Amino acid sequence: MSTHVLSLLVEDKPGLLTRVAGLFARRGFNIGSLAVGPCEVPGMSRITAVVDVEELPLEQVTKQLNKLVNVIKIVELEPTASVLHEHVLVKVKVDAATRPQVLEIVELFRAAVVDVTQEALVIELVAGAQRTAGLLKMLEPYGIRELAQSGLLAMGRGPKSITERIPRP
Amino acid sequence: MSTPISTPLPSAVRPRGAGEHVTRAPEPEVLTGAQAVVRTLELLGVTDVFGLPGGAILPVYDPLLDTDKIRHILVRHEQGAGHAAEGYAAASGRVGVAIATSGPGATNLVTAIADAYMDSVPLLAITGQVFSTLMGTDAFQEADIVGITMPITKHSFLVTRPEEIPAAIASAHHIASTGRPGPVLVDITKDAQQASAPFVWPVKLDLPGYRPTAKVHGKQVQAAAQMLAAAKKPVLYVGGGVIRAQGSAELLELAEVTGAPVVTTLMARGAFPDSHPANLGMPGMHGTVPAVLALQEADVLVAIGARFDDRVTGKASLFAPKAKVVHIDIDPAEIGKIRHAEVPIVGDAKEVCAELAAAFREVTAGDPHASGAPADRYAEWWTYLQGLQAEFPLGYAPTTDGHLSPQYVIERIGAISGPEAVFASGVGQHQMWAAQFIRYERPNSWLNSGGAGTMGYAVPAAMGAKVAQPDRLVWAIDGDGCFQMTNQELATCTLNEIPIKVAIINNSSLGMVRQWQTLFYDGRYSNTHLNTGHGTKRIPDFVKLAEAYGALGIRVEREEDVDDAIRLAIETNDRPVVIDFVVSADAMVWPMVPQGVSNSYVQYARDHAPSWEGDEAPDGQDPDLVIPPLEEEPRKR
Repeated sequence: MSTHVLSLLVEDKPGLLTRVAGLFARRGFNIGSLAVGPCEVPGMSRITAVVDVEELPLEQVTKQLNKLVNVIKIVELEPTASVLHEHVLVKVKVDAATRPQVLEIVELFRAAVVDVTQEALVIELVAGAQRTAGLLKMLEPYGIRELAQSGLLAMGRGPKSITERIPRP
Repeated sequence: MSTPISTPLPSAVRPRGAGEHVTRAPEPEVLTGAQAVVRTLELLGVTDVFGLPGGAILPVYDPLLDTDKIRHILVRHEQGAGHAAEGYAAASGRVGVAIATSGPGATNLVTAIADAYMDSVPLLAITGQVFSTLMGTDAFQEADIVGITMPITKHSFLVTRPEEIPAAIASAHHIASTGRPGPVLVDITKDAQQASAPFVWPVKLDLPGYRPTAKVHGKQVQAAAQMLAAAKKPVLYVGGGVIRAQGSAELLELAEVTGAPVVTTLMARGAFPDSHPANLGMPGMHGTVPAVLALQEADVLVAIGARFDDRVTGKASLFAPKAKVVHIDIDPAEIGKIRHAEVPIVGDAKEVCAELAAAFREVTAGDPHASGAPADRYAEWWTYLQGLQAEFPLGYAPTTDGHLSPQYVIERIGAISGPEAVFASGVGQHQMWAAQFIRYERPNSWLNSGGAGTMGYAVPAAMGAKVAQPDRLVWAIDGDGCFQMTNQELATCTLNEIPIKVAIINNSSLGMVRQWQTLFYDGRYSNTHLNTGHGTKRIPDFVKLAEAYGALGIRVEREEDVDDAIRLAIETNDRPVVIDFVVSADAMVWPMVPQGVSNSYVQYARDHAPSWEGDEAPDGQDPDLVIPPLEEEPRKR
């Protein structure tokens, strides 16, 4: 099993996400994560999908996705030539004794504290998979109350754009 | 000075310079959404639609009364409308149109939509939907038909505003009929049908993500030609894509230029004439021995509009084990899906066949075979194949219970009706026999449910085919099981003067299931006896049923009456005809490859191959196994 990051440029149409997600399920492809949001072209969205597959099924995945009428373009992003980040919010149990230790970890990982109460901190991190995993591992002993992750967002490095040849309305 | 213009005009009619006469663009006509549906269909050239009204599609049915360009055929069940539209499309190559109401009306179309998806049939399904304000509330007759059909449509549209109707239907029609054809659904809310909007035509299709055709890669065609020229044992493995692409003439040229043998899959029967000496017949589970073994022995396989279906390949990892593959398909996702292709060619089968024939001519121009007969190139291969043809012709053993032989009946229907007729079949034994024992000479003459295997396809599909091609003789070759699933459309046929002929191959059972029970379940016939044949209660009596529907009903039980009944059916055109051919229940479809094993284990007739245990033979058996000699000589045709 290998992990691949696909960036999909899609028309922003009702049911689009169902079509994409349904295709993954129907053809037996495993989704690691799926992140959807608007992009710089009006009427279009960008989906970042992390899929766990072997080389051959990946070709099937992209070919089948390409058949969806609302899918404009699919690019596989190579990890070495791309920025791969995800957004994490994590709520950690603290008290007067453990708060300074947790804050030290937050600093070490260049994360940020976005909410503070007597009993807990909400910590935010935007980072790659390794740093995220590292932070979570360090916070675990203090008690993770809640965790929300955005799914991977990805973009190729350098000046090129996935929408370069897409006519703007 | 030019006349002042108060409203902006489209650029085409804008004044170019001073002094030119300026005309106001005609205001677009304001239509209700329902009228827009009918008008759009008219403008797309649709002349026939099949459907059944209900609450949420009622508005559309009102303007249907006023059009003289569209004939609406009122079916008795929406599934019938769907299969009729499929038969219409498969016989004529035009888009078939089915209309249904929301909820159960729409879900009754689902089987036909799934069927069209599997067999790449251009089908436009239009459904009514509840008011947009009620959607999502579990309103009366509400079903999320767009959601339900997402996995079985090429695309779908949910329309909630009248101004979106022309573009949605035009886009759906375009998507259904281009590239790899398929079903497209347009679901229109009742408020969108009732409200009004200016009707603008023509519409601009805004489908930036839809690229149905690719330019054929010349280098790949060259590579395929070279591979074919160097081959010793090539086979052209022809699928239904050739029929959808209307590429039969180009395929014929390719076959004749190369001299390579041709096999035509269940979906491709008629794509290449059966009378042609290069045609080895149908491959697959019930294929001819020469077709099955040609694929197994081939060194080069040219798959054209075929998708390596499991009923063709048997155990895929042991299919055509020595062959390099050239795979030609308009759908890139089919290439490499089941079998790796050494030479992938994405393109329209018609176009690629023509280009490949030309490339082959070029590649072989100087070689020693260029001047001789094309088949000389593969002379040794042909000697082997002709040996197989002589030893294992398609045939069947006479029945032992004194009842009619189903193969004989079907063979006679084909022979008397001739190649200009259309034959639609249901699913099961009769389907296989109709694929084997009718000789097809032209594309679109054989209609069946190949991928989905939908019992009940035949009667409505034949009805649709007869509407599309009223001058052709159209047969539904059906089973007694299949017939009972959709025979209500006989009412539609009688009332609308659609005189189809139905041949029920009545073995009083779900015959193919029974055959498997005979072979794999020790003859324990669980729930396959239908009580429609000789010596049973005959529920229903098909002759009486036919008469109740206003059709001519005939029962045939003796071989000497077969021809007369067929002729009477052909001569009777003032009403549909149903012939109840009471046949032996013990007849089986041969040859056969059991499921899940290498096709090299093709059995010519019962007990003429290694024994099997259960459904699946064990893996790792010798794929080069030689077929043992026959004990029982089948009757030759």
